Amino acid sequence: MNFFHRHRALVPYLLLLPGLAWLALFFVVPMYYLGYTSLQAGDLFSGYTFAWAWDNYSDAFTLYRGHFIRSLEYAGVATLAAFLISYPLAYWIAFRGGRWKNFLLLLVIAPFFVTYLIRTLAWKTILADQGFVVDALRTLHLVGEDGRLLATTTAVVAGITYNFLPFMALPLYVSLEQIDKRLIEAAQDLYASRVKAFLRVTFPLSLPGVFAGTLLTFIPAAGDFINAELLGTPRQLMIGNVIQSQFKEVANYPQAAALSFVLMAGIVIAVLLYARAVGSERVTAGTAA
Amino acid sequence: MAVEERSETGRVTRGREVADIRLERVTKRFDDVVAVDDVSLAIERGSFFALLGPSGCGKTTTLRMIGGFEEPTGGAIFLGDADVTGLPPYKRDVNTVFQSYALFPHLSIFENVAFGLRRRGQRGDPLKRRVEEMLELVALPGLGKRKPGQLSGGQQQRVALARALVNSPQVLLLDEPLGALDLKLRKQMQLELKRIQNDVGITFVHVTHDQEEAMTMADQIAVMNAGRIEQLGSPDELYERPRTAFVASFLGASNLLRGRAAGEGVVRLEDGTEVRVPAAALAGRTGPVAVGIRPEKIRLAAGESNMLEGVIAERSYIGVSTQYIAQTGTGSITVYAQNTDHGPSGLAAGDRVTLSWSPESTFVVDALEEERR
Repeated sequence: MNFFHRHRALVPYLLLLPGLAWLALFFVVPMYYLGYTSLQAGDLFSGYTFAWAWDNYSDAFTLYRGHFIRSLEYAGVATLAAFLISYPLAYWIAFRGGRWKNFLLLLVIAPFFVTYLIRTLAWKTILADQGFVVDALRTLHLVGEDGRLLATTTAVVAGITYNFLPFMALPLYVSLEQIDKRLIEAAQDLYASRVKAFLRVTFPLSLPGVFAGTLLTFIPAAGDFINAELLGTPRQLMIGNVIQSQFKEVANYPQAAALSFVLMAGIVIAVLLYARAVGSERVTAGTAA
Repeated sequence: MAVEERSETGRVTRGREVADIRLERVTKRFDDVVAVDDVSLAIERGSFFALLGPSGCGKTTTLRMIGGFEEPTGGAIFLGDADVTGLPPYKRDVNTVFQSYALFPHLSIFENVAFGLRRRGQRGDPLKRRVEEMLELVALPGLGKRKPGQLSGGQQQRVALARALVNSPQVLLLDEPLGALDLKLRKQMQLELKRIQNDVGITFVHVTHDQEEAMTMADQIAVMNAGRIEQLGSPDELYERPRTAFVASFLGASNLLRGRAAGEGVVRLEDGTEVRVPAAALAGRTGPVAVGIRPEKIRLAAGESNMLEGVIAERSYIGVSTQYIAQTGTGSITVYAQNTDHGPSGLAAGDRVTLSWSPESTFVVDALEEERR
């Protein structure tokens, strides 16, 4: 008691301790260890030792550049697709859902009651060569007689889109639901048609949700490896698959660690660029008529 | 300067018979609830019109139907000569000041005010000048760069007003615009709204539940109750000659005494006292009626032709006036006596007193269904 009275200023820091300890134990220490590993050299039999082995990083850029680019592309396309599907969905639930809102939201997250792996395996069945989707597309001549969906880029991107859709839909719903409906009335009162009112008021006000949703979708999607493995071929391998095989199959830990760091850096840079773009968009949303 | 021009020509051409807004037998039903029940009314061009009533009386729904935010279930709404029933809000030459202002939080004050002008294709310098002019009119020059969240409630109110007025609409709708302000600011804004309305000469339709606010600002007041218009008239008409018990008690205090019509300009109260009323006030009514007298119209002495004997039951000193409650043969009567002399007046509880008032200060309403005091 006396101690806390005499050192009042310390109390906030003491309260921060558990959080800081958690962060140190589960974030700083693993990051340090990962960084340490990524600069090791050697092989599985004689063991890896620390050697400032920067060539792990240069290899990451030269040998796996294609995988990096593909990962960012797939994640980008899947994020865009998830956004285009989720926005009308979230909009409809927020503005027209009425007393069904909670039930409809439950439906959005219902797939999460089944594990990730099983859900992706189910897509394997859906997209299978003998499945009804391919059948229907063949009948409509949208794919050729021997055309297929499984083991294509489309299948991988569709799988990622599907798996991360709720991460996009929920933040969008929250931001749309918070919008005061009278603001939309006010816009219409001030001669904005429904479309203009949406573009000038509803959409700008939902940007925080768009931002959160894209991050929550893009970041895990860029590091995903399940969809490429189950729904694609070696030609669709993403950087997540490479890291996984370097760790588990080749047991080249330094290389895997370096790849992980590069992926992380890539995502951080992409996110910062995106944040700047969205940020300036929000400032200028009204002046650009 | 479009607003000023408009006001000047408006003043010259303003005829008393020109209606800016006409509601013809308008009804609005929400599921089973009838919010607005067969309302017809005409609002004169350039007038300050108030829709007054308790919450749930249908005043806001009426306003929202004029604005285009609700469609009437039946009837028609005219703006000038044009039937606007069924037109969306953005196709009506009407702007609204919303109850909670509904300023766009992501836009600057300038852009909030410019919103309507931009939608109508105004650009560049004329737009800039027009917006700045309007911010000056509402006494907020130089705040254009701020966001709504950085302004006080009173300032936000002014921005909401500027945002609507800048478009020089044919009609401005105000939905309880002062409800969120504190008393002092509300009084100040009442006068200011009145001044601005005078300056711009646009028809204002103002929804409020505050009778004092309506009396202070409006030229014409429609008192609404249960989806219907109880009475429409100027503030003094409504106060001096209310036609229903509801209007009499909603606008200020009044004494209502039960009685029966007893011939030309005479009502006999329950205790047998005969009260003279203006012949027009009875308006051909027979049978049970109620007479009403405003508390400040009653003298605590004989002298006028309507008289009641009573005993002072209660006396409270309020500073500007003293309020008495007198027990009479027909119930208790409230009297306000102006404290024009120095010191407290001579009457005290228990004193016998003669109350008198003139026939001209007496109004008649339909028989009371229940005790309304």
